[in-house]
Amino acid sequence: MKVFMAKCRAFGLGKLMAGVAALAMGLVLAVPALAESMVGAPAPWGMGLQPSGGVIKERISSFNSMVFWIITVITIFVLILLAYCVWRFREERNPVPSTTSHHTGLEIAWTVIPVLILLVIAIPSFRLLYFQDRAVDADMTITVQGRQWYWNYTYADHGNFTFDSYPIQEADLKPGQIFKLSVDNELVIPVGASIRVLTTGHDVIHSFFVPALGIQKYTIPGRTLETWMRADRPGIFYGQCNQICGTNHWFMPIAVRAVPRAEFDTWVADAQKRFAQADGSAPVIAAAPASQDSLQIAEARR
Amino acid sequence: MANPSYAHHDDHHDHKPGFVSRWFFSTNHKDIGTLYIIFSLVAAVVGIGISLLMRLELMYPGMQIFSDGQMWNAYISAHGLIMVFFVVMPALIGGFGNWFVPIMIGAPDMAFPRMNNISFWLLVPAFMLLAASLFVGEGPGAGWTIYPPLSDSTFHSGPAMDLALFSLHLAGASSIMGAANLVTAFLLLLAVPVLAGAITMLITDRNFGTAFFRPEGGGDPVLFQHLFWFFGHPEVYIMILPGFGIISHIISTFILILPGFGMISHIVSTFSKKPVFGYLGMAYAMVAIGGIGFVVWAHHMFTVGLSLQTQSYFVFATMVIAVPTGVKIFSWIATMWGGSMRLDTPMLFAIGFIFLFTVGGVTGVVLANAGIDQVLHNTYYVVAHFHYVLSLGAVFSIYAGFYYWIGKMCGRQYPETLGKVHFWMTFIGVNLTFFPMHFSGNQGMPRRYPDYPEAFWGWNYVASIGSLISVASFLFFFYIVWVTLRSGAKAAANPWGAGATTLEWQVASPPPFHTFEEIPRMR
Ligand code: HEM
Ligand SMILES: [Cu+2]
Ligand SMILES: [Cu+2]
Repeated sequence: MKVFMAKCRAFGLGKLMAGVAALAMGLVLAVPALAESMVGAPAPWGMGLQPSGGVIKERISSFNSMVFWIITVITIFVLILLAYCVWRFREERNPVPSTTSHHTGLEIAWTVIPVLILLVIAIPSFRLLYFQDRAVDADMTITVQGRQWYWNYTYADHGNFTFDSYPIQEADLKPGQIFKLSVDNELVIPVGASIRVLTTGHDVIHSFFVPALGIQKYTIPGRTLETWMRADRPGIFYGQCNQICGTNHWFMPIAVRAVPRAEFDTWVADAQKRFAQADGSAPVIAAAPASQDSLQIAEARR
Repeated sequence: MANPSYAHHDDHHDHKPGFVSRWFFSTNHKDIGTLYIIFSLVAAVVGIGISLLMRLELMYPGMQIFSDGQMWNAYISAHGLIMVFFVVMPALIGGFGNWFVPIMIGAPDMAFPRMNNISFWLLVPAFMLLAASLFVGEGPGAGWTIYPPLSDSTFHSGPAMDLALFSLHLAGASSIMGAANLVTAFLLLLAVPVLAGAITMLITDRNFGTAFFRPEGGGDPVLFQHLFWFFGHPEVYIMILPGFGIISHIISTFILILPGFGMISHIVSTFSKKPVFGYLGMAYAMVAIGGIGFVVWAHHMFTVGLSLQTQSYFVFATMVIAVPTGVKIFSWIATMWGGSMRLDTPMLFAIGFIFLFTVGGVTGVVLANAGIDQVLHNTYYVVAHFHYVLSLGAVFSIYAGFYYWIGKMCGRQYPETLGKVHFWMTFIGVNLTFFPMHFSGNQGMPRRYPDYPEAFWGWNYVASIGSLISVASFLFFFYIVWVTLRSGAKAAANPWGAGATTLEWQVASPPPFHTFEEIPRMR
């Protein structure tokens, strides 16, 4: 904490220059760097949505930019009208008020034009909604369960192994890890695979939220909800529990790591040995992943 | 016009009751209105005080003020409930509604004066219960939305949550009785009983072994959310909408009074010295907002697993609301257009309201898209949205109403320059507080967090600075109140000139204890 305050204070001109330089370099290097491995996390002073790690988030972002421009224009328009009124129609400049209090044409215009604008928004909005609802052709299924205050993940298609994912305490952080975002056991997924995500509840409601992948769903006791995600770039994507769930609501982060298919297979083989099965029996030793074929589809899609 | 001689005419009938019967057993709409306004100021000190603690906590990452997340959760829940039920509703509906609706329609008092009294006096124990809940056990830490299972007895076992729920029950009863007097009851009568039912089920789940919302007993936590938001969405709108029951009066007398919208229309028209533009359109827009407001509730629940068709419907219905909202904004502007505007403090707050409400309205349209809401739901973007429309909308209309009517209410006019300084301080403070929340929300910062990853620090810091300015402006407001009451200039019957044509400006400032003893004649 103290260190951080000091850092904040040191956020001076030098830092700013370094920041600008880094930003410039970042822009130049951004394209190849993205192809390598990206980090989906909030950025200091970030203003827009997080970078996109996959197709759902990409579509959200592009639709969001469209809506953003529309609402910005509307807001500035209203601001200009207000400013003009204040300037032009104040007592000193306009001593005699007009008596007009109706104008049918105007009133129709400010009803119909907003309707048209909303139509322009609604059409892509529904398209996005239908796209992000569930995977058309899922390559694998993962079950996500929010618990007070950690996450539990189950790989139903890979021998049903299950494990818990806890946040890392400040003292145990390794270099490169982010406090309040990094976890001990990440949710590992293959790049390019469409993953059916089933969320289930355990105690209270939590929300599985990974901004850079454009996914969010509550985990509700007594219900199983379906959604999906796909990482189209390798990297790590952080998220946080997003529904108030008790004292440590703020400290149950999510980390999704997207890796190439081969790496994923190695990880699965290892995970099957390390983690218990969801039904409580011992880890399966070296069982072949159930959905090899579907992973091939994912590979092909890439 | 009404006959201006009532004021004198009434004076010798002006026998006030003694202190106890005047203030404790009051059936006088003006006295009850005053009680409401004082109550809401007291509650605001508590509610805004808590928000200051929250912003100080969030100024830097790490825990600095609150001992743990549970304590934080209890305080944020209290903040939300206090601001909604004990500040905004009492000030707008109880305070200004009581004070001015009867005068403006020329009625001697409210239709049910005794119910009016109990409506106020229910609020006091309600507030005490809520305050007490903070100091009992671990406090009611489930947010103002009190979703089970977090709010049930498994996860909040102590009596704190029960205290908070009973507090809500009393506050709801108070709202209903208060509103029965203004014809606003229509909205509240439909909404509040649904909340009351949901809370009752939650209380029996907690204490008597029922399982309305307990999955292990066949209940459904999502049902609670439907009930809560069926109440909650109209509720948040009620705070900003006028009682459109008095529309019939409005049409004949041209009074668009009552919370938020109504008051703003009224003030904009007074200070532009023009009648409200597109009067009928405005009235229809309000009816539309109130009506559609009842069928959009699940836009708060896009991530609970609603079917695609259901989501599509709620996206559509929510967007439809933006149309009448736009009609109101453009009609206000058109009312100013061609006017001869006085920029006194009430008008500044009214113009500020229109701008802030526009900002909140357009971010509402963003959130209405379930597709985008998937990355904005429960983030600070939502917090920014509803503070712009609700908190700032409501607070700016309360301030506008206060400056507009304080001379009428207490007979002394506020100091104009100080009022303007107060406006600018508030405007800068709240924008600095809430605008950056759009950014942290976009970046994915979840709400109801006492601590956050360092990357979120920057905008949180700015917001905290903004809140310091806002709190300073609130204290400055108290100073203005003090100056006004102590040494304000004597207020004329009508300080606002030709634009002020409604009845309250025809009577003395302050009006006599019984404003009208006979129905005023109007032309
Ligand atoms: C153009 C009009 C509006 C639209 C389209 C709109 C839309 C929305 C949507 C979709 C949400 C849910 C966001 C989420 O939780 O993910 C929301 C939240 C909210 N809105 Fe609005 N809104 C509008 C106007 C208003 C007004 C006028 C008020 C109150 C005066 C208001 C108060 C709120 C509140 C309090 C919440 C958050 C409740 C909570 O979760 O605690 N909104 N709005
Ligand atoms: Cu959680
Ligand atoms: Cu709503």
